[in-house]
Amino acid sequence: MNYLLRRLVTFPLVMLGVSILVFVAIRLVPGDSITAMLGTEAGLLTPDQRQALAAYFGLDQGWLVQYGKWLSGVVSGDLGLSVTYGKPVLDVILQRFPLTLELAFLSMVIALCCGVPLGVFAATRNGRGSDLGVRIFAMIGQSTPSFVIGLGIIYVLSAGFGILPSMGEYIPFAQDPLGNLSQLILPALTLGLSFTASVTRISRSAMLDVLSDDYVRTARSKGVPKRKVIWRHALPNALIPVVTLSGVEFGYLLGGAVLVEQIFALPGLGRMTLEAILQRDYALVQGAVLFVALNFMIVNLLVDLAYVTLDPRIRLGGRS
Amino acid sequence: MTLKIASKWLACAAVVGGLMGATATPSLAATLKMAWAQDATGLDPHKQTAFSSIRLLELIYEPLVRLDGDLKIVPALAKEWTFSPDAKTLTFKLDPAAKFHNGAAVTSADVKASFTRILDQATGAAARANYVSIASIDTPDDKTVVFNLSQPDVPLLTAMGSINAAIVPASEITGGKIGTAAIGTGPFKLEKWEPNQKEVLKAHAEWAGGKVGVDGIDISVLPDENAILAALRAKQVDFALLNDPLVATLVPKVAGLTLNRKPVLSYHVLQLNPSRKPMTELAVRQAISCAIDRQDVLDTALLGEGQITGPLTMPLYRSDPNSLFCYKKDLEKAKKLMADAGFKDGFSATVIAATGEPPTAASEAQVIQSQLKEIGIKLDIKLMELNVYVDTWLKGDFDMAVALNGGRADPYTMYNRYWTKAGNLQKVSNYADDTLDDLMQKGRVETDVAKRKEIFAAFDKHLAEKSPWIWLYTGYSYTAQQQNVQNFVATPDGSLFGLSKVSLK
Repeated sequence: MNYLLRRLVTFPLVMLGVSILVFVAIRLVPGDSITAMLGTEAGLLTPDQRQALAAYFGLDQGWLVQYGKWLSGVVSGDLGLSVTYGKPVLDVILQRFPLTLELAFLSMVIALCCGVPLGVFAATRNGRGSDLGVRIFAMIGQSTPSFVIGLGIIYVLSAGFGILPSMGEYIPFAQDPLGNLSQLILPALTLGLSFTASVTRISRSAMLDVLSDDYVRTARSKGVPKRKVIWRHALPNALIPVVTLSGVEFGYLLGGAVLVEQIFALPGLGRMTLEAILQRDYALVQGAVLFVALNFMIVNLLVDLAYVTLDPRIRLGGRS
Repeated sequence: MTLKIASKWLACAAVVGGLMGATATPSLAATLKMAWAQDATGLDPHKQTAFSSIRLLELIYEPLVRLDGDLKIVPALAKEWTFSPDAKTLTFKLDPAAKFHNGAAVTSADVKASFTRILDQATGAAARANYVSIASIDTPDDKTVVFNLSQPDVPLLTAMGSINAAIVPASEITGGKIGTAAIGTGPFKLEKWEPNQKEVLKAHAEWAGGKVGVDGIDISVLPDENAILAALRAKQVDFALLNDPLVATLVPKVAGLTLNRKPVLSYHVLQLNPSRKPMTELAVRQAISCAIDRQDVLDTALLGEGQITGPLTMPLYRSDPNSLFCYKKDLEKAKKLMADAGFKDGFSATVIAATGEPPTAASEAQVIQSQLKEIGIKLDIKLMELNVYVDTWLKGDFDMAVALNGGRADPYTMYNRYWTKAGNLQKVSNYADDTLDDLMQKGRVETDVAKRKEIFAAFDKHLAEKSPWIWLYTGYSYTAQQQNVQNFVATPDGSLFGLSKVSLK
């Protein structure tokens, strides 16, 4: 409990640091909302016109004043107004988040359901042809960029079969489960493939370590069936690095998978943040980064708590 | 047991069938399904200047006049107009049938309020620069508007054909709603706009321009143009706007798809900075012009998808490129000019280009880099994100820049900003001389078309000879469509207004 409290206390401090970093970083990039909107035509503005637009976009005050205003808004739950969407930033983020969350969840399910059994399978056949096959698959999966896989899938489906998942607008699961799955299954597979490859490699190496431990040999010598030793005794101990990897990867995915969202035209958090950066929509970039940072911290905390469940010997925040 | 297995297979087949069925929904009879890669960035027609915004706003709003497929001025909200003989008064008669999407009739008060808003500095309308000759606006009756000009301004009429001069309801201006609620007079009403996702447009039943051919348009934003092509293949969209020539040229290879290709006014150019040494030297600039093989750049970077051009790109004023200075590669001449200027061994310079804008910018820079190497110029290519590029460009902080600049239907409106001493973008062009200034002023007041052509032909020739920029070529605007889409007419300004007459078979 103490550990949990201590971790929760660090959250606002980390968020403060992230907020300063993102606030300064986005303003250091040349260009602003005015040039993003007008492009080279911004050169036609008179100084008075530029001043009027700067006031409209909230760029007419010093950084410190801008930051102070924004931060006081954040504390009271107001992340500001997106100039691109003309809506409160939090509303825009929450509209995009369900898709990102679902996509991350589906990719993780695919990765864990395929990666862990493959890793265990390869570890138990260490050095054989089937092990080599799994390792080659993992290597290809990890080294192939997701946009190649995504474009490949799109090309094969459209050119070969004349079909394609619905693109452009998100279909919520509650509204149309079949439409939702048909829309997300291919992007999830695209993301899940490299995720699966990572999980396979980590599961395999962790299992190899565990399988060489004394207690496994003891169990086997006492006549416990191989299958039971692997799945009941060895696997839970081999899962800790898999949980760590999955937590980090899931955290990243909650920030949005920009390339996959771009290729499959999915309105997720990643694409929204990229567009906000290109449009110099400062409030939206700041809000999105804070939101992603918060998600990342929550996922990391959950991963740490999961260690205790998997291995009761671990004591969080104290001496083990 | 067999039954159980069979029922499991049937269930699987039903799920797969359902999934596939959901993926290949046929389009509704009268709603055009459309896709583009870049979405509008706002709904205020007086502030938006990006191509992506203009394409949407042209379907919703209307100016007083518009340009047809041949860039001729034709009626829009105004049925007729007259210039006074001294070109200092411009009078419009409004179409009595014109109505806003909220049902209100368009009156002269709306026109006056719209132009007052554009001219108000607080609005921040970049296109204001095109209308500053308007000194006052009179509204003798509900359907007559008189623009009193501070000086003769013939190009004003063409500039009024831009969607940046759209007429919006006076009540919406006073209510501060422009940019949030899109109340126009155009062929389509905006029902829904989810930025960077989709737009839903419904036909405006009371449109004064006639009957709209479809019930509406559903526009999806698919940021990757390869995905747009895939969606066309899968018949998920009926009509699409394409920017990347490399994707567009694949369209004719797909059975059932048609590619519409229209030469446009915007031009690809290598901008030199004549305020920076050694581009300050005329001979150096001319040497660069002579060393560049424009056709080679076009063939390599743009797959030959364009036409070599001089400074003026509009059909009425466009000259034969072969009549312009050094439009055929002449390495010997280029080397001699370099030697005359004291740069026999060449020099080093940096060329800036924006990533993906145009999609061929990097390739163009690379081809130019290899061509200029032949006269000893070592080019360092600096690729920048678009906003960074725009910021650098506006400050004139470059030796050379690869650019795709927008064209206009009138030469004065197109180049006044760059090539007159008082031009707003003189900081970018860094070049003006008495001849250019004089020709521009003459072109501004001349009402006789033949005389205007002569004036601007001289302007075109002089500019190419002084070579502050190296004009390369104009490209095409591309739209792709299924066979069931009929009657779309493309225009050189890339407008999608032709969708108002499109029907689905």
